[in-house]
Amino acid sequence: MDRRETLKTLLVGTVAGGAVLTGAAACKQDVGAEVVDSVEEAIEGGGYGRTPKELEHDKKLHAETYFKEHEMATIAVLCDIILPADEVSGSATDAEVPAFVEFIVKDLPYHQLPLRGGLMWIDHEANRRFEKDFISSSDAQQIEIIEDIAYPSMKEGEEEELLPFAQGIKFFSLMRDLTLTGFYTSKIGIKDLGYVGNRANIWDGVPDEVLKKHGLAYEEEWLAKCIDQDTRMDIATWDAEGNLLT
Amino acid sequence: MQIIEQPKVYDVVIIGSGAGGGMAAKRLSEQGLTVAIIEAGPFFDPKNPAQKTQMKWPWESPRRGASSVRDFGDFDMAYGGWDIEGEPYTTKDDTEFEWFRSRMLGGRTNHWGRISLRFGPDDFKKKNIDGLGENWPIGYEDVKPYYDKVDKLIGIFGSKENIRNEPDGFFLPPPKPRLHELYYIKAARKAGVAVMPSRLSILTKAINKDRGVCFYCRQCSRSCSVYADFSSGSCLIFPAQKAGNQIDLYVNSMAREILTDDEGRATGVSYISKDDRKEYRIKGKVVVLAASACESARLLLNSKSKQHPNGLGNSSNVVGKYLHDSTGSSRMAFVPELMNRDRYNEDGVGGLHVYTPWWLDNKKLDFPRGYHIEIWGGMGMPSYGFGFNVNSMNKYLGMKVGGYGSQLKEDARKFYGAFIGVSGRGESVAMKDNYCEIDPNVVDEFGIPVLRFHYKWTDFERKQARHMHNTFEEIFTEMGGEILGDKPTKEQDYGLLKPGQIIHEVGTTRMGSDPKTSVTNQFGQLHDANNVFVVDGGTFVSQADKNPTWTILALAWRASDYIGGELKKMNI
Repeated sequence: MDRRETLKTLLVGTVAGGAVLTGAAACKQDVGAEVVDSVEEAIEGGGYGRTPKELEHDKKLHAETYFKEHEMATIAVLCDIILPADEVSGSATDAEVPAFVEFIVKDLPYHQLPLRGGLMWIDHEANRRFEKDFISSSDAQQIEIIEDIAYPSMKEGEEEELLPFAQGIKFFSLMRDLTLTGFYTSKIGIKDLGYVGNRANIWDGVPDEVLKKHGLAYEEEWLAKCIDQDTRMDIATWDAEGNLLT
Repeated sequence: MQIIEQPKVYDVVIIGSGAGGGMAAKRLSEQGLTVAIIEAGPFFDPKNPAQKTQMKWPWESPRRGASSVRDFGDFDMAYGGWDIEGEPYTTKDDTEFEWFRSRMLGGRTNHWGRISLRFGPDDFKKKNIDGLGENWPIGYEDVKPYYDKVDKLIGIFGSKENIRNEPDGFFLPPPKPRLHELYYIKAARKAGVAVMPSRLSILTKAINKDRGVCFYCRQCSRSCSVYADFSSGSCLIFPAQKAGNQIDLYVNSMAREILTDDEGRATGVSYISKDDRKEYRIKGKVVVLAASACESARLLLNSKSKQHPNGLGNSSNVVGKYLHDSTGSSRMAFVPELMNRDRYNEDGVGGLHVYTPWWLDNKKLDFPRGYHIEIWGGMGMPSYGFGFNVNSMNKYLGMKVGGYGSQLKEDARKFYGAFIGVSGRGESVAMKDNYCEIDPNVVDEFGIPVLRFHYKWTDFERKQARHMHNTFEEIFTEMGGEILGDKPTKEQDYGLLKPGQIIHEVGTTRMGSDPKTSVTNQFGQLHDANNVFVVDGGTFVSQADKNPTWTILALAWRASDYIGGELKKMNI
């Protein structure tokens, strides 16, 4: 495969992730490849590599609706209580977490009952306390309930099941897990997290300043065995004993 | 229903297109032989944009990569899994065996871990060392030339270490360790555990003009679109076809049985097309089984005839016996020193940059065979499950677990990349009483009788798993890590995974000099039918504490040279 072809192959898919410039820049610099002719050429294919059967399955799930309007509205409020917008990044609803929750309960149906029941539980709790459902309650009232269900036990010997509001705690923990996972697998979340991979690059070891921070250093002997990245494109040849010559 | 005869007669019909089948197809076609490959799944090329998952982001999957559709997640490149609709298998006597199948061109080589370890001199002669099991009929010196050729043809990174039972090869230089791997190196050494650069079939350096060089995305399990890792299609079958050799691919074709004549010699293969559900026959002078250890045993056992009433190649009654998988157990730790890490791209290659080879002498231990340790961790790409129990480690820091609000984002960032995991992968002792056989009551959707498994671990494996966890805890303690989860107990088999789960199943058609106790000779040739060969993991007499692929490749090359020679000499 020549370098140009390598780059073209590489770029398919990276555009969707918004990494085309980084990818192309990295390739140009590191692989010595040319830049693709057009973005259209680079994004050919699309999708995420489904087999025909998998594609049908996805379509079927997308066509179904599980949560009712009120349930979705409650999920949205809960998601943003769990992950609000702040100076670092947007909110869970900015990252379209509620849509993810709707999909994932169809994909993993064992989440359905705990969420549907939990949503009823929290409405009941709000009604009991404030004679309103959860989303109609004031911010302060909502937080009053959340405070009671947001902290699974952390004391030695104390069991979560024995805490007051144990069912609410279970429900909120699941909401928190799904919200976090939906958020940190979104574009907004990955930026918030600072994951900077999934692009063509050349790994050449831990940056020096990081090594220093951790009080570590590469040993000369180990380093001597490792790839000199300046020679990565030179075709390997060996002597009869397997010593690399190039 | 009429059976359709394919008009062309091939020199060789190969069943299966994974490591063994791909290598056989390449080496046999290069000798001028016409080759047909029968593959149960569809055509696959990692370069094909419609099939590609490499470089996709988690949000491109609506389930964010969850494993509800593909067992190792949406982006993993294996079509199939532990359970395939319409293709069941069964167990008996409370056996818990898991069988992973990948139905696609290239089979499981498209998603595997690329850990490519040669067996050493001791690995072929374990009976000489501990009196258990059986020796191979060949030794390291017989296979070494082929390991060398495989290294140079396919490419593998590693380092020369001069360890007797971890033979060196023709290596490309390994990548530098990642941060968590440096923590591992330091801690392992303090615990007296060996550690060295890993050996993976990934191109850190060019080996030819046809394949790309690794661009460090850590996604080998998605199969590399620039062919910088080893998959059977991209590295063996496609190059052989491109060079003008004659390899015809029969995809979506489920082999049913091997056809034999009145002399008991193979004449070809019958298969069912998944496209039209019709049965076809394809003729070949030689039949090569490369369908995976269990699938090949199934084919032989289902190929009954007057001459082979017990199944083809099964006069010994050994087909299906001595099934064994690697042992496996894992543990994880939270490393407080790795909290609040600086961000940089540390994807690296699709797997470990360092590993621990077996470093002890079993004569001084209460179990007979060794294990190696694989290391994982780092700031990887999030997918479904990331952020679950986001701050449960706060309990070690005297801080609140749970909560809501911006604090959770801070927690997610704080703990990102602060975990390290280790997995032991060890050698089990091959037992005659661990086997697969034909289930007399069940057929798959093609009417083909299915396999039934019987498999029990022994104390050899349980004690080894106990030793693994003792080692893991020592290393984590030296690392200053908080060891997660309780140490598995005796009742939990010391954390030993179920047989089959490591996906290194081998031994079902073992080789040997004595036709009474083995299925093939040292070249994978059936004792009972000299034009039928096995080139998958079935011929393994014993699995080392190594991953089997590199040995499958070397033995398939060796068998292919032998087949070519025998055909020339008109011996088969």
